[in-house]
Amino acid sequence: MTITIRQLHKVYRIGDERVHALRGVDIEIKKNEFVAIMGASGSGKSTLMNILGCLDKPTRGAYTLNGKPTHKMGAAELAAVRNKEIGFVFQSFELLPRATAVQNVMLPLIYSKKGWLGARRRAKKALERVGLGDRMGHRPSQMSGGQRQRVAVARALVNEPSILLADEPTGNLDSTTSEEILRLFKALHDDGQTIVIVTHEEDIAGHSERIIRLRDGRVISDLPTHQDPVHREWVQKAAATLHTMAAQTRSVESSQTAGAGA
Amino acid sequence: MFVLRFLQTVLLALSQLRANKGRSFLTALGVIIGVASVTAVVAALTGMKEFVLGEFESVGAKYVYIDGTVPPEMENKVSWLDVQLQLDEIDELAEYASSIEHISPQWRLTVDVAVNAERLQNVRALGIRPEWHDVETRSVILGRPFNANDDQDRLNVCLINDKAIEELNLDKDPIGESIFIAGRHFQIVGVVETKAVSAMFGGGTPQTEVFVPFGTAMKLNPRGWINMAGGMMRDTSDAENTKAEIRYILRKSRGLKPDEPDTFVVEVLQTYIDQFNSIAGGITAIAGGVVSISLLVGGVGIMNIMLVSVSERTREIGLRKAVGARPGIVLLQFLVEAVTLCVAGGFIGLVVGQLLTLAVQSIPGAALDGAVIPGWAIAVAFIFSAGTGVLFGMFPAIKAARLDPIEALRHE
Ligand SMILES: Nc1ncnc2c1ncn2[C@@H]1O[C@H](COP(=O)(O)OP(=O)(O)OP(=O)(O)O)[C@@H](O)[C@H]1O
Ligand SMILES: [Mg+2]
Repeated sequence: MTITIRQLHKVYRIGDERVHALRGVDIEIKKNEFVAIMGASGSGKSTLMNILGCLDKPTRGAYTLNGKPTHKMGAAELAAVRNKEIGFVFQSFELLPRATAVQNVMLPLIYSKKGWLGARRRAKKALERVGLGDRMGHRPSQMSGGQRQRVAVARALVNEPSILLADEPTGNLDSTTSEEILRLFKALHDDGQTIVIVTHEEDIAGHSERIIRLRDGRVISDLPTHQDPVHREWVQKAAATLHTMAAQTRSVESSQTAGAGA
Repeated sequence: MFVLRFLQTVLLALSQLRANKGRSFLTALGVIIGVASVTAVVAALTGMKEFVLGEFESVGAKYVYIDGTVPPEMENKVSWLDVQLQLDEIDELAEYASSIEHISPQWRLTVDVAVNAERLQNVRALGIRPEWHDVETRSVILGRPFNANDDQDRLNVCLINDKAIEELNLDKDPIGESIFIAGRHFQIVGVVETKAVSAMFGGGTPQTEVFVPFGTAMKLNPRGWINMAGGMMRDTSDAENTKAEIRYILRKSRGLKPDEPDTFVVEVLQTYIDQFNSIAGGITAIAGGVVSISLLVGGVGIMNIMLVSVSERTREIGLRKAVGARPGIVLLQFLVEAVTLCVAGGFIGLVVGQLLTLAVQSIPGAALDGAVIPGWAIAVAFIFSAGTGVLFGMFPAIKAARLDPIEALRHE
């Protein structure tokens, strides 16, 4: 068992006001799963991801990662877990603007216990893995959005984490680039990487094996992707649209040939 | 492992400072100015000290001056002639004062000196004992010094200085020549170097000097008196003891009652040196206070800029934490940055201080040629700079270390 979450609550306090972002979430994620977390804006997806990534602590409940109870850990211990077990990909990339691609990817290794002596070599390898072998010395400002997110993915992978977490990794990218990133995720998953991504897009969720839907801080459905009713409906609709589009194209084509023949 | 990580943190901090060269320099300016000005002041002080001590040294730190004097309370009761040193008192001191190595009384005369056609009036002449050669550090450059015979047999022999050779138009090697002193024949047996007594001790342009044996001088003018006695201490560190011993012997021989004041003075040059040293120490302490204040001001500037830097780099700190930087490492990184800034400032300050010192050395007529930044000042400058970095870098560093990674990443 990689991730076990029991009765997880998160309450934000702003002055006297309390926002109950998570209200008793139970989730289990096994090794080598590819999970998509979906839900409306404000449903608690990012809150959940931040806790999964040990960036934030739950107000109540238990989160066990690879058998270790993270809800009992202090700041230094959590930092070590983030370094060793977790690769996090942010929507806004979060690259250091003055550092080159390799330097950005090396960052987790700098803080790693295993030592950073082979860091550069490992960073280069990770960049090659995401298809950026020819952009090692480029700075973020010299790269496209898709390339930046690839650098971020390489950084998340470089320390060989047990889970890869991505909160709307394609939120800032156009659809073609998003598709590229998703293909990369799929390839990583095929290599055995456990992946959890947050997304609003059904087509992106379509690459996953399992969809967890949240509403108002609760899990409202947790099913394999091909059994998820919402996703199935979307797929059918998309197929229908595709079908009509194809038909239209055909009719336009045939009228064109007819016109040409006349 | 830890050393490597520490080195790496230092490198990271340095690259951070390099990325903000202009700002780093301006930030360190407070420390630079503080260290530069204070090292220059300390250097100038060292130069002054060397000069003054050099002046003292030319007379001799072990030099003891003894003379009779009328204390203010007794001004109308005794004449200054009654309190002059007596020969038996000198002998007593020579015999019993164990802290004194040599002592020689001086019998001062003013005489006319003549050789052939040359005639000098009112020349300073001193009657001295052979011990004088040990008390006054003046070398005999030609001929021989006085010996016990000269004194006991009251021989008509004399020593002159080279200024006298010039003024009396004598031969370059005047040993054995005969001159008239107070109308009597004297044979020149030696030439004593002319000592440029510094202006600090009332010296001026060197004058003709003539020395005769003490006994002979008494014979020349029996109604004269012992002008003073010069002595030589055995040990420089024993100034107060020496004074006490001389006072004890003289008071006893003069039969002074406990409530009566001394009718003589004993001065040991070393006590002046000690006084000067303590004054110089005081000035150094004041300079130290100034450096503390300027480092304080510099430190506040550094704290301010470090706080700005922490809030500017909040997102970066958040990211570093997100990928696994422990709070301790973040603390170390900012602390090292502040310390590096301060120590670099201290180093530049020392360089500027050295330039100022060179400028001070070349101030004409200031007698500060010996100005130099002492080693301890360099060490103190570095230790204080580093301390300032730790002290004022601590608060911003703690602030950075305690940032919540998620909140830091959300920071705009
Ligand atoms: N730092 C915070 N302080 C206070 N309230 C917060 C904070 N972060 C999130 N919330 C609240 O918690 C709830 C869940 O927020 P969260 O960011 O997890 O939603 P989300 O599902 O990721 O939404 P989106 O799809 O828009 O990213 C929201 O009501 C939000 O206003
Ligand atoms: Mg979100």
